[in-house]
Amino acid sequence: MRVSLARLPVQLDADEAPDRGAALVAVGLVRRFGGRKAVDKVSLELAAGECMALFGPNGAGKTTLLRMLGGQLKPSFGTVHLHGHQLPGEAATRHLVGLISHHTMLYSPLTALENVVFAAECHGLRNARERSMDALALLKVFDRADTPVRLLSRGLQQRVSIARALVHSPRLVLLDEPYTGLDDTGARALTRALEQLLAVGATLVLVTHHLGEGLALATRASIMMNGSIVRTDLTPAGGFDSAAYAALYRSLTSQEAE
Amino acid sequence: MSGPQAVELLYASPGFFRDAFRVARKDLLIEFRTRSAFLAAAVFAVLSTAIFRFTWEPGRVSPLDIAPGVLWVIFAFSGILGLHRSFGVELADRALDALMASPMSREAVFVGKALANLAFLVCVQALALPAVGLFFNLPAGQFWWGIAGVSVLASIGLVAVGTLFAAITSNTRLAELLLPMLALPFFIPVVIPAAQVTSLLMNGRPFSETVDWIKLLAAFDIVFVAASTVAFPFTLEE
Repeated sequence: MRVSLARLPVQLDADEAPDRGAALVAVGLVRRFGGRKAVDKVSLELAAGECMALFGPNGAGKTTLLRMLGGQLKPSFGTVHLHGHQLPGEAATRHLVGLISHHTMLYSPLTALENVVFAAECHGLRNARERSMDALALLKVFDRADTPVRLLSRGLQQRVSIARALVHSPRLVLLDEPYTGLDDTGARALTRALEQLLAVGATLVLVTHHLGEGLALATRASIMMNGSIVRTDLTPAGGFDSAAYAALYRSLTSQEAE
Repeated sequence: MSGPQAVELLYASPGFFRDAFRVARKDLLIEFRTRSAFLAAAVFAVLSTAIFRFTWEPGRVSPLDIAPGVLWVIFAFSGILGLHRSFGVELADRALDALMASPMSREAVFVGKALANLAFLVCVQALALPAVGLFFNLPAGQFWWGIAGVSVLASIGLVAVGTLFAAITSNTRLAELLLPMLALPFFIPVVIPAAQVTSLLMNGRPFSETVDWIKLLAAFDIVFVAASTVAFPFTLEE
């Protein structure tokens, strides 16, 4: 399929990130599982207030990369620095990170509020209950604060999970398929919450299979295949052309499949 | 590429024991809501006491000789049921990922989980002790307080090493099999002195005769708590 590259932004090399004061810097990340390289020499640099949308087929290494960026997984080689502090690192550095995934990471017997308060307490917030109620209100799930999570629908659980991840106002938010299970209201509430985070200078890395959702927030979009980032585009003025980008994505991934 | 700009880290830890108590409170609240592990352990304790009672021949073996062994078999195996639950709740929807990504220290998470397991085991013991006393027709007396004390002391060592092995096996496919296989051999140094003290107290021996066993028990508690706390963070690294 022919793709109109004129409608796409200029492609960046991996090490040509713009210098606007890096918040997240990853250099030469490699992660092996046995003899297989899940992530192979990935470097990236994101400024505060940037959102990187990361696309790629299943098994491309997106989630592994995300887990290394958040410090949950030690790289086999390479380093990750967040605001000048190495990850995985000291406790205070972990305070800067928020995780959102298609796993809710919630305790189903506890209520929505208890889950978010526990997360806030884990992050040492003094006004944990107030902050938790604010977070639930932001995600429009405040009216279910006292409902056990197991009684909530999948979409509402996901909103509570997002409130849990954002309650401590993280500087880096890692999102792995965050729109899974969300209805339209939940998706809009999530997008609005992420826009607010970007406005106050948080850095986002968003892994998704839904190009439209990713591109709506992205200040740059990357495509990952076989453990490497094969293409990075900065968002053009006026935003991405979703259809053109989707065509480009399909052409790249279908070439790989062939 | 410019160097990263360092920002001030604003996180202030609320304190090791505060963090540990939060984890323990959360685990106990979950158990209180579901009661799944406690009910299983309570039923196991009462049923196994009944089975031991029916296989016991009163004329050949004194109840004071058999009861200490019965008690510690029940404590060890019912403790395993609680230990399974300890990390099962964390893995159900990958809540452990969020807990490990938080600034809370791994050691505080371990101590919190061990405290919750200790509370769980003490509750099971509070049920099992009178059950064994009734089924084996043991005499009432002050020695029961001593047995309760040594049960708590021994439980500290059991939950320390048990919580560590629960963490190690939690991500494995055969966790239900591996946990008892790994943990039970390490329970032996705790169970032997605890059963000896229980036997001495039940047989009305003076407290002074139990001191050496209690010292041994306390020593294993210290070693197991210290070693498990230090080892725990490594069990969760990928």
